[in-house]
Amino acid sequence: MFDIAIIGAGIIGSFIAHDLSKYDLKVVVLEKNADIASETTMANSAIIHSGHDPKEGTLKALLNVKGNRMYEAVAKEVGFTFHKTSALVVATSKEEEVILEELFLRAVSRDIPVSYLTAKEAFAKEKNLSDQVTKAIELPSTGIIYPWEAAFALMEEAVMNGVVLKRNSQVIAIEQQDDSFRIQTSHEKLEALHIINAAGIYGDQIYQMIGGKGPLITPRRGEYYVLDRQKDPLVSHIIYPVPSALGKGVLAVPTTHNNILIGPNSEIIDDKEANNNTKEALETVKQQIQKTVKNIPMDKVIRIFAGIRATGNEGDFYIKEAKEAENFINVFCIDSPGLASAPAISEYVMETILSPKGILDHKKKNRYLHRKRPVVMKELSLEDKQQMIKDHPAYGRMICRCEEITEGEIQEAIRRPAGATTVKGIKMRVRPGMGRCQGGFCEPLVVDILAKEQHIEPWQVAFGDEEGGMLQKTLKGGLADA
Amino acid sequence: MREVDIVIIGGGSAGMAAAIGAYKQGCRQILIIERDKELGGILLQCIHNGFGLHMFSEELSGPAYAERYLNMIKDAKIEYLTQSMVIHLNRDKIVEYVNPVEGYAKVQAKAVILAMGCRERTRGAIALPGYRPAGIWTAGTAQRYLNMEGYLVGRKIFILGSGDIGLIMARRMTLEGAVVLGVAELMPYSNGLPRNRKQCLEDFNIPLFLSHTIVDIRGKKRIESLVIAQVDQEMKPIPGTEKEFFVDTLLLSVGLIPENTLGMEADIPINPKTRGAIINESYETGVPGIFACGNALHVHDLVDFVSAEGEKAGISAARYIENRDTQTKTEDTDHQFSILPGDGIQYVVPNVVSLDRMPDKIEFLFRVKQEYRDCILKVYGDGKLIRQWKKKHVAPAEMEKIILNQEEMKVVSDELTISLETS
Repeated sequence: MFDIAIIGAGIIGSFIAHDLSKYDLKVVVLEKNADIASETTMANSAIIHSGHDPKEGTLKALLNVKGNRMYEAVAKEVGFTFHKTSALVVATSKEEEVILEELFLRAVSRDIPVSYLTAKEAFAKEKNLSDQVTKAIELPSTGIIYPWEAAFALMEEAVMNGVVLKRNSQVIAIEQQDDSFRIQTSHEKLEALHIINAAGIYGDQIYQMIGGKGPLITPRRGEYYVLDRQKDPLVSHIIYPVPSALGKGVLAVPTTHNNILIGPNSEIIDDKEANNNTKEALETVKQQIQKTVKNIPMDKVIRIFAGIRATGNEGDFYIKEAKEAENFINVFCIDSPGLASAPAISEYVMETILSPKGILDHKKKNRYLHRKRPVVMKELSLEDKQQMIKDHPAYGRMICRCEEITEGEIQEAIRRPAGATTVKGIKMRVRPGMGRCQGGFCEPLVVDILAKEQHIEPWQVAFGDEEGGMLQKTLKGGLADA
Repeated sequence: MREVDIVIIGGGSAGMAAAIGAYKQGCRQILIIERDKELGGILLQCIHNGFGLHMFSEELSGPAYAERYLNMIKDAKIEYLTQSMVIHLNRDKIVEYVNPVEGYAKVQAKAVILAMGCRERTRGAIALPGYRPAGIWTAGTAQRYLNMEGYLVGRKIFILGSGDIGLIMARRMTLEGAVVLGVAELMPYSNGLPRNRKQCLEDFNIPLFLSHTIVDIRGKKRIESLVIAQVDQEMKPIPGTEKEFFVDTLLLSVGLIPENTLGMEADIPINPKTRGAIINESYETGVPGIFACGNALHVHDLVDFVSAEGEKAGISAARYIENRDTQTKTEDTDHQFSILPGDGIQYVVPNVVSLDRMPDKIEFLFRVKQEYRDCILKVYGDGKLIRQWKKKHVAPAEMEKIILNQEEMKVVSDELTISLETS
């Protein structure tokens, strides 16, 4: 019997698991995919918005402002990257300047640092702003994270402190019992006293398993281009257009690894899993970015991707205990600014829902294990690099030349708690395959390391969620049925 | 810091030939730095034959061709490092590399030769729409899995792009028991060598869909199918021409890009057309003492031509050091002129010629923009026709070569233009 079962290991499930790991409670996290952070957390703009945008009186406004203020400390505590890159919202007409003023005043009323920039001042900060830009506001508390790293770091520390993570565990059914829940997953039956539904785009369906009636998810797809690192980057701030009814619009976003994201568009889709790219949407993104940014080097595109926002049909985050079942806590409809709000969402669940139940009382652990940040060779001093290679020569064997990742770093990503089991898992944790060759040179080497570490044959190594390995076991004579 | 005469970055066909060239010119302090376990580069995964016809008058496999050069390197006792990745190169020709034995190490060179080869253009670079499941590889990666690791990447294959590696992989995978359902090419002509079209597709009845592209990729975990469509003259898919193929694997052979990240760090000027360095007649880049050759300079069709170019770059680098050591360097008051691609020409290598340092004759390599028949190739010096050749057939897939002698170029003062004119 678990005290708490968290359904879904995206950024929200990971923050909640991490907060709960500080208490003497039996916590299990159920993740449907082969790895955590595989859906909405996998593909988004990676921005920690300041909180200037959400409508007054919403949970989004409350938790975004709070979340933004929490990130620096939590990133330091758990050991993940958070850069305050700052952001410019740029207007391109008199009408847009009116909206810009509303944003400015809203930011001021929320105590968010903000300042006006004339077009000239804006150009001085960003030389590639489009010539149409007439005025801007700067939001210096806006930042970026590497969402996968954050989720992995949080979950790893949670697992180190006793949280049980079950991957490849899709929840099929939930049965409400007298004072607990029986959960049927794709593999087994589990029991838990409390359920936290952090199932993202599937949040509404999980809620419906106990007969819940709440908001529905209207999946909204957003598509992006990724630009290669450049000596002279396109932009160094996040560039927002003035928002419209459709959302924040197409942005230019520097990433924590000095790439640039261009996107997203916003398209309501029927299929929650339809994270495919379309020619039309990519064209839209290419057109719309022109409004705010010029000189975009489209020949430096190294990747396209699409993500799905778990947008609820009621407009706001949906964070409350189910009226149909005590101890079933919904935390879904987390679309933008979900990532920016995530630590505050978890804190809100702890403080306003779990704590009043008394289940956290006198349970705070005295002894808590802190995770050690993985070695990133590229970031070490020369002296530390040399020592590292002397002690462990694998840290001197370069596997990925685009991102400069060594064998030692890949081995570590596999060996750590909640470590990588697939090529994609390695890519998300330590980045071979994220560079300009997109894994063309390093993938066979990564497969080899995964096979050795897991004591399996290379052909059994999976890329991601596919059945069996990604390669064929046999050559001649073995493919008669092809 | 250790000092050597020449550091060669990359121990593939270009790098090995460059080392031999420099050695023949008398240079003895040569260091090749190679990231893989052994010298040879991509040749080692090219187990088909067809290499060496120009260089050795024999048809060799890739590994056999590489071995010829490896033996020359060993006979000449030229030093090389393996499993060593160069991570920095600066304008002062300090090369920093890392390997498991030495850790991070630096070496000061008098001359550096860039011979890093090229990489394959990826799905992301061409923004191919659809899902992003497992089962999509560049043809070269699939080739490595098959020929070096011993694994087939799939059973039912479709190939996008008709570059040589894609064509060779169509045959190779068929021979290993996979079914290749077709090859789609965006352009109205194939980008592969004629012999590969014949021997790799036609001989195996593999259909080639010219003027076609992929408009959708389906399958969320592993690729399940893909849809191709014919394109119009503006390369836009024509509605109603879609065809779906049920596959477990898609291979991409959509172009090669010279590998020049290191050059970027040293601010070496790059030719946007080739994405390789801008060079003079001696294969010297815009940074004195840094030379470039092989596929890192521009993408070649045949390894024999890569070796020939590498050797010349090696000789030039050795000469550069001789001159540097024997005489105080005079200011560059050289008489120089530029080489420009004219009508119908994509690019020309080299980009600048210095008449004073010019050898008796210079070889110009170039590619045409599209397929032309019965045309005239014309060379102009400052707008005046110098020479012309009749051409029956030219195509972008086949690199063209002309050789001009010193006498012919004496009249040029500013620019030499190579143009293609249809009669």
